[in-house]
Amino acid sequence: MYSRAYKFVISVPPLLWVAAFLLVPYALMLAHSFWLVRDGLLVHQWNLQNYAKLFHNPVYFEVLFRSLRIAASVTFLSLLLGYPLAYYMSFHSGRRKEFLYQLVIIPLWVSYLVRGYAWKTILGSEGVLNGFLQYLHLTKEPVSFLLYSPFAVILMLTHIYTPFVFLPVYAALEHIPRNLVEASHDLGASPRTTFFRVILPLSLPGLFAGATFALVLSLGDFLAPMLVGGPSSIMIANIVQSLFGTAYDWPLGAAISVCILLLTVSLLFLTERLEQRWSFT
Amino acid sequence: MIDTSEKVQRAPLLGLYALLVFGFLYLPIAVLILYSFNRSGVGGFPPKQFTLSWYGQLLGDRAIWDAVLNSLEVAGGTVVLSLTIGLLAALALDRLDFPGKAIFRRIVLLPLILPGIITGLSLLMFAVFCGIELSLLTVFLGHGTALISVATTEIFAGLQKMDRAQEEASLDLGATPWQTFWHITLPSLRLPLIAAGLLIFTLSMDEIAVTFFLIGRDNTLPLEIFARLRRGITPEINAISTIIFAVSVLLIVVWYQIRVRTVGQQAQELLERPSVSGG
Repeated sequence: MYSRAYKFVISVPPLLWVAAFLLVPYALMLAHSFWLVRDGLLVHQWNLQNYAKLFHNPVYFEVLFRSLRIAASVTFLSLLLGYPLAYYMSFHSGRRKEFLYQLVIIPLWVSYLVRGYAWKTILGSEGVLNGFLQYLHLTKEPVSFLLYSPFAVILMLTHIYTPFVFLPVYAALEHIPRNLVEASHDLGASPRTTFFRVILPLSLPGLFAGATFALVLSLGDFLAPMLVGGPSSIMIANIVQSLFGTAYDWPLGAAISVCILLLTVSLLFLTERLEQRWSFT
Repeated sequence: MIDTSEKVQRAPLLGLYALLVFGFLYLPIAVLILYSFNRSGVGGFPPKQFTLSWYGQLLGDRAIWDAVLNSLEVAGGTVVLSLTIGLLAALALDRLDFPGKAIFRRIVLLPLILPGIITGLSLLMFAVFCGIELSLLTVFLGHGTALISVATTEIFAGLQKMDRAQEEASLDLGATPWQTFWHITLPSLRLPLIAAGLLIFTLSMDEIAVTFFLIGRDNTLPLEIFARLRRGITPEINAISTIIFAVSVLLIVVWYQIRVRTVGQQAQELLERPSVSGG
């Protein structure tokens, strides 16, 4: 049906563009991780030193585990907030559904920076929350542990990723045939049983998808620790960023990035398997 | 989809919980906006004395407006670039079978799924490797390339909903593929293209993680704000944040309305499954 010229024009430019500006850069990152820096200059000499450094220096593992802990907390909290919200909207919100859906979409796309900044103004020792606590006479002195802590990073990232978790969960819940739920009720199952035996299993693909999003994106975040975290909440991506900045060791930074990339891709692969396994269609 | 005639069961406790979650999502933004009108600045409670002076100060802030102009330039270019490549990619994914199609699809979507730092650094290394100096041009190339992912998924959704009969009729009646493309395909994709453009514009204006590594001497608006935050909080930043928020909400609501009208309620295939494996 389509001429060869037409096929050529719609496929070749995007293929070339994506190859040149995505595939090559990602490959270049991989290549850098096998190079090294000598006397402040990049040397294109293939070696495994960077990876050896990562394995021998416990600091990297420590920070990686901290990042995983923070990312796991964010994922858990986002599910805790996002899942019930999606459930309520899908099953109980009635005619307000459309409006409420938009209310969740807006924070999904609205500026990361604006939302991060908002938390910074709230949590600071001169901030809004401290002012509020003192106004209520709950505290006399400003509470200073709120900002510049892993707590603040987790709070901010949960705020950012709750809509990301909500979306696939909501979509999965909306796809559940309602007659299955009715059948469960009619056969005498309590709402609780219906939820755990029918609704929850059918929504698992969405839950996995949302959880992966939150986990992967918060794992690689470097801006939240810069905005609201302190030295105690440095994450793995902050190390990468400093290696590309002041510390100037691109190959080592690239090696850590490759590790993050591998971790991310294997997580995505795992979820895809899980989604397929639990998908009922 | 819920049948609208179905009676909605009440769930007061769950409703309260949902309300609290909405509170969590919106309270920080409400506080941000409120304090942009507070004379004594950001912090303390309750806010006292309404003022517009922070907005006045913002109006006279050259550096901010230069950054806004830079961001507008980048975002404008990004919309054109990513829509062009995204349109072609979506057409190819929709209509052709070619070797490596599945892989191509995955790679296009990677910037959406990977943490921004990975894409940002890869492009930085690429620019340095090719000897391209960092400037707004590299930021534009970065945004344009990363947001092809959004353009492709959005336009692909539009194509899937499109009525193919018109195109086939056009081809059967002897129009060339080009005439068919210009007179049938493109006009019927008008709304998805506008919607995708609005979303891409918003995302580019707000982008920070990729920009962070590609920026040269001229700052974009988010990077200008970020740089100032390192020096401390000022109510002026609340004022500019409030404006950013208002503009973003407006653009996103328009995007969403168009999208619901063209591709229907299930408007979010984009984020339903991270891998978009088609499985």
